[in-house]
Amino acid sequence: MASSPRRKIYGLLAEIVCGIFSATSAFVLGLILYFIARRGLGAISLTFLTSLPTPVGQAGGGIGNALIGSAIMIGIGALLAVPWGITAAIFLDQHPHSRLASLTRFACRVLSGVPSLIIGLFVFTLLVLPTRTYSALAGGIALGVMMTPLITLSSETMLATVSSNWREASYALGATKQQTVRMLILPTAAGGLTVGVMLAIALAAGQTAPVLLTALTSRFWLENLAQPAASLPVLIYTYGISPFPDWQSQAWGAALVLVTIVLVLNIVSQALVSFGNRKKGM
Amino acid sequence: MAQSVSLRNLSVSFGRQQVLHNVSLTARAAEVTALIGPSGCGKTTLLRSINRMHDLYSGAKVSGQILLGEESVYAKQTDPVELRRRIGMIFQKPNPFPHLSIFENVALGIRLHGTTAKTALADQVEACLRRASLWDEVKDRLHTLGTSLSGGQQQRLCIARALAVNPQVFLMDEPCASLDPISTMHVEELLAELSREYTIIIVTHNMQQAARVSQQAAFVLNGELIEFGTTKELFLHPQDTRTEAYITGRMG
Repeated sequence: MASSPRRKIYGLLAEIVCGIFSATSAFVLGLILYFIARRGLGAISLTFLTSLPTPVGQAGGGIGNALIGSAIMIGIGALLAVPWGITAAIFLDQHPHSRLASLTRFACRVLSGVPSLIIGLFVFTLLVLPTRTYSALAGGIALGVMMTPLITLSSETMLATVSSNWREASYALGATKQQTVRMLILPTAAGGLTVGVMLAIALAAGQTAPVLLTALTSRFWLENLAQPAASLPVLIYTYGISPFPDWQSQAWGAALVLVTIVLVLNIVSQALVSFGNRKKGM
Repeated sequence: MAQSVSLRNLSVSFGRQQVLHNVSLTARAAEVTALIGPSGCGKTTLLRSINRMHDLYSGAKVSGQILLGEESVYAKQTDPVELRRRIGMIFQKPNPFPHLSIFENVALGIRLHGTTAKTALADQVEACLRRASLWDEVKDRLHTLGTSLSGGQQQRLCIARALAVNPQVFLMDEPCASLDPISTMHVEELLAELSREYTIIIVTHNMQQAARVSQQAAFVLNGELIEFGTTKELFLHPQDTRTEAYITGRMG
């Protein structure tokens, strides 16, 4: 049957429209990266990355404490959210149709849609008010609360990719449920689980509100977890809105660092996915 | 040691739909019993009742009795996990574990049963691969992924993995359905070899295969056992017209 010219034209039009929109989103990312790089590159140096901020008017100073603060708070968050989220996902995977599973899934979806400011307020009320201090610990917990539903949902999807062919093979060998989870399901899904965790970390790294409300900020090195802590997003925020050109340029520098970290996390997880697929011959 | 498998008035239903009706037959120890019948007739359901795979999903109801040797498969005191270690299963689609090497696929079966000493493990893996007549083909690449093998080799790897658990019975659900004739021939040779020591129950759509490999054969239609007997009798002198129609290709 000859294909009608009209259908061909419609097909071509649809291709072009979809192509333009997909190119636009890539273009926007490119534009953001370009602006940040152009204004931020000048600020970057080893001293910038490793030293404390200096008082206004004094030249130099860096974001060393904010980098470490962010790393520690994200670490605390991940320590909380990774085991919690993956364990919950194992339950969802094993009892997908139970009422508890649908409740958990619903809660996770709602939680991952809740503005991060609310999560900050929640931890503020729960931890900062009673202890009467902003702290790195509270900041980490806020990030953990944010990451947990994301990791739960992404992990459930990844565990579900382990097909029943393999699960049944395992049970047919006389493996228990626990052995099947431990020896088959988790190792097979490991790559995917890692990707989910990295994306959650990338998202948490850029969160300002929950950290601002719980860890506040600091101009000193973090000495213990019960102290207020500096973080990259809060530093970008405070420096960015300050009236001092020196601080503003440092904000661009810090933004470049943050965006680079997020970009690298995304690229690595993308690479993990394609590597994992190749390995499984998919 | 091989054990016989006896089904007594086995019925299985999923929800309101009854899939098997009062099936009774005995697969003799150290023989191959073939289950034949058109798609959807209940052969696979029957096979999966024997190692209690239906337990994994809610909704299946099994009644009647299945005996493994003298032991009742569905008795209260029977642990399905323990039971499955005595009954190996080979699936239609070869399913070596995708994250494990050839060696580790077999080793996993052994590890499930205790032996973890390294040297003993290597010996046992080799023994299982040899008995699955795969050793010569894979001995130089034991540490590549099991999924890198050809379909027929993967299926023999699955047999080696099942052997590692040291079962008494093998259930095979159309093990050659996705294999080419040469690979099928390899698997059939292996079946003949294994049937000296193991009781084998095989579901197949391939009449010639049933005739070649089995000593007993059962014809199942719409969830009912139509005819059961020695393969020779069933193929040469079918008692039921429906059996005759099916094996001569006039039905199915």
